[in-house]
Amino acid sequence: MKRIILTIALMATAAFASMSARADGTNTPPPASTEQRLESLEAYISNGDPTAPLKDTNGNVVVTSPIINSGLQNSTGATVNYPGAGHNAWLLTSTALVLFMTLPGLALFYGGLVRRKNVLSVLAQCFLITGLVTILWVFVGYGMIFGGTGDMTKDWVKGIVGDPKVCWMMNNVTSAPNGNYSYWVSENVLAMFQLMFAIITPALIVGSIAERMKFKAIFVFITLWMFVVYFTQGHMVWGINGLMNGVWNAGAKIKAMDFAGGTVVHMTSGYTGLVLCLILGKRLGFPKGNFTPHSLVLTYIGTGMLWVGWYGFNSGSAVAGDVIAANAFTTTTIATAIASFVWPMCDWLFRGKPTVLGFCSGAVAGLVAITPACGYVTPQGAIVIGIAVAVICWFMVNKVKGWLGYDDALDTFGVHAIGGTLGAIMTGMFARNAVNANLATNLKAYVTDHVFQPLVWEQVKAVGVTLALVIPSTIILAYITKLFVGLRPTEEVEMAGLDVAEHGEEGYHG
Amino acid sequence: MKKIEAIIKPFKLEEVKDALSEIGIEGMTVTEVKGFGRQKGHTEIYRGSEYTVDFLPKIKLELVVADTQTDAAVAAIIKSAKTGKIGDGKVFVSAVETAVRIRTEEKGESAV
Repeated sequence: MKRIILTIALMATAAFASMSARADGTNTPPPASTEQRLESLEAYISNGDPTAPLKDTNGNVVVTSPIINSGLQNSTGATVNYPGAGHNAWLLTSTALVLFMTLPGLALFYGGLVRRKNVLSVLAQCFLITGLVTILWVFVGYGMIFGGTGDMTKDWVKGIVGDPKVCWMMNNVTSAPNGNYSYWVSENVLAMFQLMFAIITPALIVGSIAERMKFKAIFVFITLWMFVVYFTQGHMVWGINGLMNGVWNAGAKIKAMDFAGGTVVHMTSGYTGLVLCLILGKRLGFPKGNFTPHSLVLTYIGTGMLWVGWYGFNSGSAVAGDVIAANAFTTTTIATAIASFVWPMCDWLFRGKPTVLGFCSGAVAGLVAITPACGYVTPQGAIVIGIAVAVICWFMVNKVKGWLGYDDALDTFGVHAIGGTLGAIMTGMFARNAVNANLATNLKAYVTDHVFQPLVWEQVKAVGVTLALVIPSTIILAYITKLFVGLRPTEEVEMAGLDVAEHGEEGYHG
Repeated sequence: MKKIEAIIKPFKLEEVKDALSEIGIEGMTVTEVKGFGRQKGHTEIYRGSEYTVDFLPKIKLELVVADTQTDAAVAAIIKSAKTGKIGDGKVFVSAVETAVRIRTEEKGESAV
C-alpha cells in the first residue's frame, strides 16, 4: 500500500514537472547563449543568416535573442532579424546611384546624341518612364518578380511569374529583410533598388526609337512591355523560384547566372530596340540627311554619370556590402576602363581619328558586358571581357549597322543587345568559384573553373529563352500599340521636331 | 567711299583687326557666317555614319573707308589673313553712295 501511494506520488510529480516544462517551452523560449548571440553577429560580417545559430535541427528558432526581437515581418510572413546598418547603407547609396544613371545620366547621354529639335523629347521620355514604372512596380511589379515564400507551387506561373498577392501595393514590404534575397538589407530598400533597374531598362529602349515615336505610343508600349517582358524575365532570372536562377534556386531548369542584369536589363532592352526600330522604319531622310549629334558635350557628361551610377548597379547587386560587392566594383572598373580605351583605338586605327563618341561608346559597352559577370569573374576575366566587347560592339556599330541599313538611332541594339549577349556568354566562360562562394551551393557541376565549363552552355540556353520571350512579345505589343494609338508622328511633326509638337517647349532659345 | 567686305578664317580675326587699326581704320562690323568656296566642307564621323558638312564657319568683316584708304586697307587684310592654304577667304570692294553718322547727321567721308 505504501509502495502504491509512493508510486502515484512520484508519477504525479513527474507529470507536473513535465507539464510545467512544456508550459515554459511554449511561453518563453530560453534566451540565446552568449555564444549563439556572437555567432548571429558574426553572420553580419560574412553576410550570412543571423537566425541560423538560433535554430534547432528542424529549422525552428528555439531561443530568444535581441537580433530577432524586431517585431518586424517581411512579405513572406516570417518574423525576421533587424536589418544590418552597413549592408543597408550600401544598398541605400546604390539605389540613389542607379536612379542617377537614368536621371540625369542616360537622359543626357541620349539627349546629346539627338538633333536639337528633339532633345526635350528624350528627356521627357526618360522622366515619363521613371514615374510610370514606379506606379506599376508598387502596384504589382515588385511582387511579380520577388513576391512569394520560396514555394514554387505558389508562383502565378511556375518559375516564370512570382506571387504578388502578399506584397500587392507594397503591403508587408517593410524594413525587415527578406531572407530569400538578403539577410541584412531591408526588403523595402531592396524593392526601391530593384525599382531603379525596372526604370532604366525601358529607358534604354528610347535610344533605338529616338526622334520618331509618338509620346503616347511610348506610354502604351512601355506599360504593356513591363508586364509581358520585364516582370517575367526578372522573375525567371532573379526570383527565388526563377526558371533560370541557377545560383539560388536548386530547382532551376536552366542553371544560368546573371549578376546585375545582362539578360534582364540589356538584352531585353537591346533586342526590343532592334525589333521596334524595324517596325517603326527609318527616321525621315535617313541616312542621307544630317543626323549629327547636337551636343557631344552633353553625351560626354551623361557617360560620366552612367559610369559612376553603374557602381551602384553592379556592386549593389551583391545586395550587401560584402566580399562579392568588392569584387564587382573592381571588375566593373577594369572592364569599363579597358573598353573605353580600346573603342577609340579602333576608331584611330580604322577611321584615322580617336573620337569622343568612341570613348563614350566604349565605356558604356564595357559597363554593359561586365554587368552579368561582375560578381562572378576575376579581374583577369574582366580584362578579357573589356577588350572583347569593345572590339565586337565597335564592329557592329561601325560596320554591320551600315551594311544592314537599319536605323537604330542611338545604337541601343549595337551596344546593349550585343554587349549584353556577349557578357552573358563570357560570364559562363569566366565565372570562378574563388570569387563567389555561392557558386558551390547549387552549381558545383557547372562551374569547374575552366573556360569551357558546362556553365557556358547554360548561359547560351538563357540567352535563347530571353530572345524567345523578347522578340515575339515586342512584335505583338508593337502592333497592338499601333492599332490603338499609332506609332509614328505625322511627317510634319517629325520634320519640325518632337519638342514643340509634343511638349510645347524648345530645348534652346536664342 | 568704298565698302570692303572680307570673308576670312575665324581664327584670323584678331590679326586682321590689329592690322587695320594700325593703318588708322577706326570702325568695322563683324558677322559669324557659314559658307563654302573651293575648299568645300569636311566629313564628320559619328559611329557608323558619315556626314558631309558643306558650310564651314567663317567671319565676314565689313568696313567703309575713304577712297584714298582703300588700297592700304585691302593690302592689310590680305597680309594679315593669309595662311597660303585653301580656304583663306576673299575680299570684295564696292562703291558706296553715301554715309550718315546718326548722332551728328554728318554726311559723306567724314561720317565713316
